[in-house]
Amino acid sequence: MLIKIRKKSDLKESQITDHSVYLNRRSIIKTLAFTAVTIPFVKPAQAGLFNLFSENENGSDNSGVIFARSKLEYLKNSNHQSLSPITPEKKILQYNNFYEFGTGKADPFEYAGQFKVDPWSLTIDGLVDKAITLNYDDLLKRFVIEERLYRMRCVEAWSMNIPWLGFSLASLIKLASPKSAAKFVRFETLYDPKQMRGQGSSRIGGGIDYPYIEGLRLDEAINPLTLLSVGLYGKTLAPQNGAPVRLVVPWKYGFKSIKSIVRITLTDKAPVNTWQKIAPSEYGFFANVNPDVDHPRWSQESERFIGEGNLFAQTRKQTLPFNGYQEEVADLYKGLDLKRYF
Amino acid sequence: MKISVKALLLIKTIIHLSAFGTIFYLYYLIDLDLLGADPVKEMIHFLGKTALNFLLLTLLVTPLAKGLKQPLLMRTRRLLGLYCFAWACLHLTVFLWLELNWQLAFFIDEVIKRPYLTLGAGAWLILLLLAITSVNVLKKKMKKAWFTLHRFVYWAVLFAVIHYYWSVKSGLIEPTIYLLICLLLLAQRKDYFKSLLFKSRSKIRK
Repeated sequence: MLIKIRKKSDLKESQITDHSVYLNRRSIIKTLAFTAVTIPFVKPAQAGLFNLFSENENGSDNSGVIFARSKLEYLKNSNHQSLSPITPEKKILQYNNFYEFGTGKADPFEYAGQFKVDPWSLTIDGLVDKAITLNYDDLLKRFVIEERLYRMRCVEAWSMNIPWLGFSLASLIKLASPKSAAKFVRFETLYDPKQMRGQGSSRIGGGIDYPYIEGLRLDEAINPLTLLSVGLYGKTLAPQNGAPVRLVVPWKYGFKSIKSIVRITLTDKAPVNTWQKIAPSEYGFFANVNPDVDHPRWSQESERFIGEGNLFAQTRKQTLPFNGYQEEVADLYKGLDLKRYF
Repeated sequence: MKISVKALLLIKTIIHLSAFGTIFYLYYLIDLDLLGADPVKEMIHFLGKTALNFLLLTLLVTPLAKGLKQPLLMRTRRLLGLYCFAWACLHLTVFLWLELNWQLAFFIDEVIKRPYLTLGAGAWLILLLLAITSVNVLKKKMKKAWFTLHRFVYWAVLFAVIHYYWSVKSGLIEPTIYLLICLLLLAQRKDYFKSLLFKSRSKIRK
């Protein structure tokens, strides 16, 4: 039997620093010091930045709640599997333009957590023989869901590579049997200022005339690349990414890929899309990714790719015509002056 | 009551502390990866806005010193101006380094092509000249020319706020607020702009 007689100078068990704490001592001291220095600078305007990382902290209205996504069954579309690197899921979920929830890039993640996607109703109407209404279950079960890795290029000159889940828009439009007079497709986002804070306040929502509208030519809409997405990274969409159903048109700037769609209308006139209405000299109807046509205020020749890593890992890459989908879509624009019809 | 030299020292200390506090705050944002998914852009905006804040503070000094009849306050002006220049240099450096990877030819091309970059570069050049000539020796040597040169700060602030306004896609509320504050501060210098107008008119008549 070991009899331990404690000397006065021996440390008690309770006085010994836990090994893990010991190992982290530098970062703990650093965090404490910076917290002390920086607390006076933390203003409510910056709260969004902090909530990103302290998930459920802010209890005000509907901010800070993480939306629960569920797993989806899907097939891999073998034509669209070779893209790398893929943007980390966290960055796809936390860096969004969705002014319905606020104009800050982190606002949609922060304020969309309690957005209701079920029940949902998506209507396909206009110049069709059979108008259709799909509910939430229809969206997830009526079509074969496939995974496609697509490039996403924002008009603000940043890009991501995203593993979307969804089905081609063509299969849905076919179900509705378009009339021969149908030439264009108009898309409309949900209008619900109670749930979408930016729609209720022009200060929060960037002064946009809601609901958000987008449009495609019918031949663009039924191109096999055009996707109606219901998920990403193996799960259903989060509201900040356009849940429960959004458009993905990978050869056009991101703003064409309208989110949280409630109505798809076939028409004979070109719809005026929201950004075109706001600034017709800066944003056109087509908005095809084109390194040779600058935005009037900035270059579109290259882009910042959002991938792994932090500040010092930023990579710039050359922007490709039609975002790299030239082979699939260039034929759609034969004879069209792309500098004029931007 | 006039503020004492001691109080002036306190004000200057606060200016130094807030400048260094901002540096630490930025370091903390970078260190904990809190700048979001597009950190370079976020950092460039942060540095530019900080430079602009210091520039507006610099322009606030004279009206404040006159209005409150506190001439000693004028001694904080150079300090604030130099801090503004330091932030503007960081803003430009990060743009050249992390955004453009030192492609200087592309940078020059862009500065010529994009009005918002032309204005930003113009503002930085003015600040550079003001910073160089801010030492007392030069101020004495340059005499009247020094004042003529340093009034270009009014153009620098105007260029800087328009540079900010034109650089954003949307969310014009914040740049508009900056623009209004700038115009408010420049309205205090309406005599300067009037005299410019008068001078150019009299030249035409001659």
